[in-house]
Amino acid sequence: MSGTVLVFVEHADGTVDRLSLEALAFAAPLAADLGGGLDVVALGSNGDSAAGTLRGAGVGRANIVADARLDTYAPVAWAAAVGAAMDTSGAVAVVVPGSDRGNEVLAHLAARRGLPMAANVVAVTPGTSWRLARQRWAGSLLEDAALDAPVRLLSVAPHVVPPVEPRAGAVPDLQLLDAELEDAAFAIRVTGLEASATAGVSLTDARVVVGGGRGVGSAAGFGQLEELASLLGGAVGGSRVVTSLGWRPHSDQIGQTGLRIAPDLYIACGISGAIQHIVGCKAAKRILAINTDPDSPIMSVADYAVIGDLGTIVPAISAELRRRVGA
Amino acid sequence: MNVLVCVKRVPQTGGRIVLTADGRAIDTRFLGFTISPHEECGVEEAVRIVEAQGGSSAVLTLGPPEAEDQLRDAMALGIDRAILLETPGGEWDPVSTAAAIAEAIVAQEAANGPFDLILFGNEAADTGDFQVGIRVAVALGRPIINGIKGLTLADGVAHARREAGGGGWETYALPLPAVVGVKEGLNLPRYPSVPGRLRAKRKEVERVALGASPSGALGLGAGEDAAVDGPGAGAVPGPTMIGLRLPAEERSAAAVIGHGPDAAPAVVDLLQQLGLIR
Repeated sequence: MSGTVLVFVEHADGTVDRLSLEALAFAAPLAADLGGGLDVVALGSNGDSAAGTLRGAGVGRANIVADARLDTYAPVAWAAAVGAAMDTSGAVAVVVPGSDRGNEVLAHLAARRGLPMAANVVAVTPGTSWRLARQRWAGSLLEDAALDAPVRLLSVAPHVVPPVEPRAGAVPDLQLLDAELEDAAFAIRVTGLEASATAGVSLTDARVVVGGGRGVGSAAGFGQLEELASLLGGAVGGSRVVTSLGWRPHSDQIGQTGLRIAPDLYIACGISGAIQHIVGCKAAKRILAINTDPDSPIMSVADYAVIGDLGTIVPAISAELRRRVGA
Repeated sequence: MNVLVCVKRVPQTGGRIVLTADGRAIDTRFLGFTISPHEECGVEEAVRIVEAQGGSSAVLTLGPPEAEDQLRDAMALGIDRAILLETPGGEWDPVSTAAAIAEAIVAQEAANGPFDLILFGNEAADTGDFQVGIRVAVALGRPIINGIKGLTLADGVAHARREAGGGGWETYALPLPAVVGVKEGLNLPRYPSVPGRLRAKRKEVERVALGASPSGALGLGAGEDAAVDGPGAGAVPGPTMIGLRLPAEERSAAAVIGHGPDAAPAVVDLLQQLGLIR
């Protein structure tokens, strides 16, 4: 069993999530490189149905820790369950999705086993000493690193490899695993869920996002951006500067410490283009920058630019839109 | 309520990152430094808790001598005292960092009494390792939850909430003493007042001298002397940074489609072309 790579797959009621399918796609060539097996571990009472959907993905064994207490997120217990699968599979590497939960569970496993861990990995090469590349600054910078440990713990950076697509092929060999989890491992768990009080199109779902930066000038200045967004059925966001100044709530922040958006069009108004912001909007299909400074850093990531004062340009665009649609 | 907040000194990168000639660090000659954003909210939260409930707040960092600036910034916002785990410069890997911080916390608590709450940022802005707070909590045998954007302390319990995937909030309850990893958005940090800055200038910073990173500043992989001491003892350090590089640029320069309000028709043409007009 030496050379096995174990992938932790997260799922919601038996449906494996996208980042886990990406982690699986990342791990498959690694397992092939090592000449070992590709195993997965899925948790909770629907773990078997989750693993069952991974047809044709090259998965040998699926370790199912079916303990119903794992249906609720509890990082210590989840880490212990993944650890039990790691031992059973004799894994030389554990690969998890680079999600909030994936990174948290892996860190708990790493801390308890005295192992190093590399977060948001984009490439890995096994060898006497393993070499890897991982993201720093939310992907604005890459680190090449060495990882020397009996088991290599890696989380996969989101959206660097396409997810595996389930297709015809062998179903993994489902193995029930009793992780013998103690009650104490469930001490910290999700104790409740609260609905959020947002209305309208969310920033992460909108096809058009209008973003504002320092150049908007004030909280009131966002009225013009709201108007344009509403004409386009879009949403309004902002840079870290505007949430730090209190012009917009933090939940509207696009950037490293806020939201990552991926609309069809991002209209960046009065945003200089700090790295902090760019990592949050670079997944947009197109970027239109409206800025007084033709040399601002936003121009190097934008597809289109209008040079000038957003205070006159944005209302002019709204007026032109109204004229054309006859509103 | 005694609260400790752990922070990291990071460069203010602005618009683009420039690396040093050896490709092992960011060229910071023309950059300022700051506290990593999530941790700024940790500092603010610690100050608010002590303002509301009494007790004392402390800030701790592991970093070069210059990291004293960030400790003073935190004290200018109202943190009572500061501890600098001083390195000769160069990077420390997350395993060694966590072990040194855990050891320092044990020593601090022996001297000054226990911390009811220890705050970390969810992840450092620069290295993004997503693990130091968790390793410290595990070494200390205390509960931890990461990613927190709402925190209330009542009856010896930290009630914490974090964003759930797909909107909404998850809630957690941690019996104190506990460790919490916070995210920006937890609060809106205040600006330092002038008297606050002056007070911070006069305060002592407690220094604890550390050596170079146990995993070796330039070495690849852990050597014999790489053992980690203290509460995190026995852990394998790493990963070990070999070099840094900038990712390939994905876009080229923007096409200028107009100047000023006269560009509006061209913009609307573009919106139409992209199929975005309802």
